Amino acid sequence: MDKITQVKGRCVPAPGNDIDTDRIIPARFMKCVTFDGLGEYFFYDVRFDKEGNKTDHALNDKKFEGATILLSGNNFGCGSSREHAPQSIYRYGIRAVVAEGYAEIFFGNSTTLGMPCVTANKEDIASIREIIEDDPSAELLIDIHVLQLSIKDQTFPCEMRDSAREALTSGRWDPLGSLIESEKQVATVAQKLPYMSI
Amino acid sequence: MGKTLFEKVWEAHKVQDLANGQTQLLIGTHLVHEVTSPQAFAMLRERGLKVRYPHRTFATVDHIIPTDQRERPFADQLADDMIEELGKNCKEFGVTYFDVASGKQGIVHTVGPEQGITQPGTTIACGDSHTSTHGAFGAIAFGIGTSQVRDVLATQTMAIGKLKVRRINVNGQLSAGVYAKDVILHIIRILGVNGGTGYAYEYAGNTFDNFSMEERMTVCNMSIEGGARVGYVNPDETTFAYLKGRPYSPKGVPWDQAVEQWQSFASDADAKYDDVVNINAADIEPTVTWGINPSQGIAINENIPAVADGANEADQASIAEALEYMQFEGGEAIKGKKINVAFIGSCTNGRYSDFVEVAEYIKGHKVAEGVRAIAVPGSQVVGRILHEKGIDQIFRDAGFDWRDAGCSMCLAMNPDKLVGDELCASSSNRNFKGRQGSPTGRTLLMSPLMVAAAAVKGEVSDAREVFQPESLIL
Repeated sequence: MDKITQVKGRCVPAPGNDIDTDRIIPARFMKCVTFDGLGEYFFYDVRFDKEGNKTDHALNDKKFEGATILLSGNNFGCGSSREHAPQSIYRYGIRAVVAEGYAEIFFGNSTTLGMPCVTANKEDIASIREIIEDDPSAELLIDIHVLQLSIKDQTFPCEMRDSAREALTSGRWDPLGSLIESEKQVATVAQKLPYMSI
Repeated sequence: MGKTLFEKVWEAHKVQDLANGQTQLLIGTHLVHEVTSPQAFAMLRERGLKVRYPHRTFATVDHIIPTDQRERPFADQLADDMIEELGKNCKEFGVTYFDVASGKQGIVHTVGPEQGITQPGTTIACGDSHTSTHGAFGAIAFGIGTSQVRDVLATQTMAIGKLKVRRINVNGQLSAGVYAKDVILHIIRILGVNGGTGYAYEYAGNTFDNFSMEERMTVCNMSIEGGARVGYVNPDETTFAYLKGRPYSPKGVPWDQAVEQWQSFASDADAKYDDVVNINAADIEPTVTWGINPSQGIAINENIPAVADGANEADQASIAEALEYMQFEGGEAIKGKKINVAFIGSCTNGRYSDFVEVAEYIKGHKVAEGVRAIAVPGSQVVGRILHEKGIDQIFRDAGFDWRDAGCSMCLAMNPDKLVGDELCASSSNRNFKGRQGSPTGRTLLMSPLMVAAAAVKGEVSDAREVFQPESLIL
């Protein structure tokens, strides 16, 4: 797998706290047997009104078109464990998220997809937002190695849980490969647990 | 130094430390449903992998299955395709499948316990955040994403970071009319929707000791709503009595051995916790949510908060957003809000005791005119027992639409949905924007009896006033 040490791109704001996975992709769009096409439904009820017309959300704003980094608030991705949420974000074209905090399952699901989720403080996110509102062409560089955000001539610190940072920067963000190698150890642990044989 | 149940179960299931600092953890029991599994099975097929322990993997169908029309093909072709896919996957990979024909189908978190699959001291994973329900049995049960479903199918393990443990003690007698649902809504109101991030919640104290298994499940179910990945109650005699004689429970000598082992997993008296929270049961009132996340709850006789009540700027913004979406004014009473829909069901409150409790009180009452009331048992087994006892008829007589087992309008991936901006009194677990199927639908979370009271009055009501039996009068 590719080592993911940096993500660079233009940003789009999706402000608000406690943005849940039902909002990221409403349940009615999860009736599918593959993740293909989920990008279309990313933030569907936020991007479209009842009549199906585009709302004035930043994601519909021409100036942010093609942005690949999402800026949000605290507890992003709370609620359901559905991987459909990070899948829809990724397939929409987003490659990283900067927010004040994340719900755990969402964070883990995103890391496994190779979509880094970094944490920054509220003031710094607001500063980045001001910069991009002013100049939407400005590119944000997320450096996962040194945990730094740079845009124009400004830099801000960011954070990421060590395990996720290690997984991304070493190219081991999809754990299946390493899990599958330890079949014998798994059998040894299972043998000590009576219920595993029932 | 003593250990918590979480630490003991973690150590017993640890395979190895991974390079990134996470642990490879053996998952003893894997529960599967139709929505989050098809992509995982497809990935297995692409890589030529098998299900590592098919006898420890159990599937059922719950999210998308209609609760009225049950004959295949379903009117919704996509739903039919997904169920077809699950059946095909279970057959191909040798997984036990509780389909509709088995008579054991239902919400995955109802089926596991009632079949005796959910056991103390085990690890459980399922591609559904409410897997935390199974912690009621002293299991460590994780909701996972689809890539992890793939990992567990292929290896019976997953990579996960260790959690801290917060012990939440609730002690004392709950007031009449206050239920397990009120306890967890109260806890989430106090600790917040992300208060549990990084933690496992251990629910302890004599309130939980005195709870039935079904009440414990209701509390553990909503741990995720407080941001905790898992929640659990230490196993005790109540746990063992519930499990005895269930289809997948050990029998004979292995039963005695199992009980001994289960007891050994309980937290030690001198266990060290990362945090401890103490709550007085007498402080808990029948609770109703007024906003768009489960921490936005108030006691039935409190007023809806105003923007100015927010402790800080972020809180104020959340209150403003919630008031706007819910079409409520800050400072007005929640009691008296006209409802359009009443829903009793879901993995939080669709179990046997929920319906029995409500039936005792709604006898002789009628659902108010203009209210659409539906009752949906959590599993076919629950539905069958309630039918044998005539309880479904009590609901029908009161004007409820009695349905077959499924998730129904908790998340509305099936035909049961809110329409427009309907207001729903719901026994489910999430009041998120659009959660119940309409992008503008509004959900008020409450206990099943409070839902029944709202159904009967046509407005949000205090069940203690509506039903007025001796036992409910304060």
